[in-house]
Amino acid sequence: MAQMDYGLTETQIEIRDMVREFAQDRVKPVRAELDEKEEFPRELLNELGRMDLMGLYIPEEYGGFGAESMLDFVLAVEELSRVCIGVSVSYAANALGADPILIGGSDEQKKKYLPPLASGEKLAAFALTEPNAGSDAGGIQTTAVKKGDKYILNGTKQWITNGGEADTYTIMAVTDKSKGARGTSFFIVEKGMPGFSFGKKEKKLGIRASATRELIFEDCEVPAENIIGREGMGFILGMKTFDVSRPGIAIQGVGLAQGALDEAVTYARTRHQFGRPVAANQGLQWMLAEMAVKVETARALTYAVCRTLDKGLKDVSKLSAMCKLYATDAAMSVTTDAVQVLGGYGYMREYPVEKMMRDAKILQIYEGTNQIQREVIGLSLIKEYASVK
Amino acid sequence: MHVVVCIKQVPDTGDVKINPETNTLIREGVESIINPFDENALEAALVLKETSGATVTVMTMGPPQAESALRECMARGADDVILLSDRAFAGSDTWATSYALAQGIRTLEQKPDIILFGKQAIDGDTAQVGPGVAEFLDLPVITYVRKLEVEGETVQVERVFEDGYEKMEAPMPVVLTILKEMNVPRMASLRGRMKAKKAEIKTWTAEHIKADPKEIGLQGSPTKVVRIFTPPKKTGGVRIDGSHPLEAARALVEKLKEQKVV
Repeated sequence: MAQMDYGLTETQIEIRDMVREFAQDRVKPVRAELDEKEEFPRELLNELGRMDLMGLYIPEEYGGFGAESMLDFVLAVEELSRVCIGVSVSYAANALGADPILIGGSDEQKKKYLPPLASGEKLAAFALTEPNAGSDAGGIQTTAVKKGDKYILNGTKQWITNGGEADTYTIMAVTDKSKGARGTSFFIVEKGMPGFSFGKKEKKLGIRASATRELIFEDCEVPAENIIGREGMGFILGMKTFDVSRPGIAIQGVGLAQGALDEAVTYARTRHQFGRPVAANQGLQWMLAEMAVKVETARALTYAVCRTLDKGLKDVSKLSAMCKLYATDAAMSVTTDAVQVLGGYGYMREYPVEKMMRDAKILQIYEGTNQIQREVIGLSLIKEYASVK
Repeated sequence: MHVVVCIKQVPDTGDVKINPETNTLIREGVESIINPFDENALEAALVLKETSGATVTVMTMGPPQAESALRECMARGADDVILLSDRAFAGSDTWATSYALAQGIRTLEQKPDIILFGKQAIDGDTAQVGPGVAEFLDLPVITYVRKLEVEGETVQVERVFEDGYEKMEAPMPVVLTILKEMNVPRMASLRGRMKAKKAEIKTWTAEHIKADPKEIGLQGSPTKVVRIFTPPKKTGGVRIDGSHPLEAARALVEKLKEQKVV
């Protein structure tokens, strides 16, 4: 059966195939256990590091593979997500953590922090969300006050993916309260810096292999040179990071939905009721068809957004929000339908689809809720049409 | 240190079906893989490369398609790969294969210190080629190795039996056959895969390895396959209901008496 031709390069096909094999061989046998025990997939990430996949998006001069397209990384996330997004988010969160350094960091900062992330020797995490600021990124309360050659950080970050497991953290903090969102800055904070500790590890509905934790800063001393860019660049850096990270979430949705579709079709072909496979029923075929169309549409949109972002255009928030919104809503709907296709078995933990459905929900929430994505798209549209005279 | 790993490309037996009329393997459409035990042997060699700076050469005898197995080895980190391929090798049994591989190893510029094999191939299950090569090269051989350490000019290994294991030491050069429990084979890195894709694969002919034409191929193979067949399925046997132990025991004793076992 012909598959859609997305014009992938030789390297991209290689990445897709190797990660597909890795996901089948290494991730699939342990995903249920990682979920059940809420165990961080450290070994899997180490192996991905040895396979050059942790540094896929990092330029060669900083020890990475130097992928030419965002799609290279996105394909790796897709294949991992097809099997377990608890693992794929732990993988992708490194890129999110490194993005502020890649986008706004100095050459020295890149030389110091990127090579160990590229090799997988160290992990990264991105920290913006706080108890009172998530979607409203401008409302953060963690402060950074300059004192001599140091910044003193105080505050708490919440729900930080890879929290506690990562070594390198990019932290958004307020450097000038009077300027609101424009008074925020990003800092590179290393595990073990004085005054930096971890709070409780969260118990979650899904993506339970991933670590989600509080970061606590109590008079945490950070060298002044660890500021990314200049003071006040925090908000813009955060938004630029989201522009490139949202397709990473979208593709988690694509991969997850594909994984659920795989399970649903396989089951429907083998399960017999009334003397024939349940797939022989039109009602079920139509469900599977709807699911498949959503998966392919989400994939096509996400790949197209990646290729557009490769061009380095400005004002891409609308596009990246579109793929995040569509693909993650698709994932929620397709995984829910997959449980329905499997019926009672789908609801049981012996089958993987109940986990997929639990996992899917976070995709509509993190990296900007899907309501925020709609707002980004809506505001962009209004701006866009207002500028057309 | 130079480690040579001999591998075999085999059909993925998980997929293999047998033609019920001819009783032969249906090879069409079956994916070829590196014999899984040979992957453990390669992994052992790559660990030596990392820990002792060993150079790793992989050799296989087979048709031109076996190139893909060698590329996979290269992608995982083998420094050099060699394909022994020649029509004259066709039909070689374990004797002729052992001879050819031994000749191939003799032809290597750098003499090997350790020659590794998987414990056996999953298609033939003979476990003969490793020891065979050792005989042709007149080298010591230790089979069923699960642990390997290099100490100066010797190897120290654990050799496993059904009911225990032996700790052994042998001088190098030495031939070892490796068990699955020794390690978990790594997956190739992206850089390795890209490099291996473009690499030239050295192919050596029978003439190049100075093989005696009488010792290779069908002519050099003393093994004659009389017939390949699927063994008849075992029939069901008799099930004795165990819900009443006393009656079940009685029924069992009755049966044993009938069969004149007791």
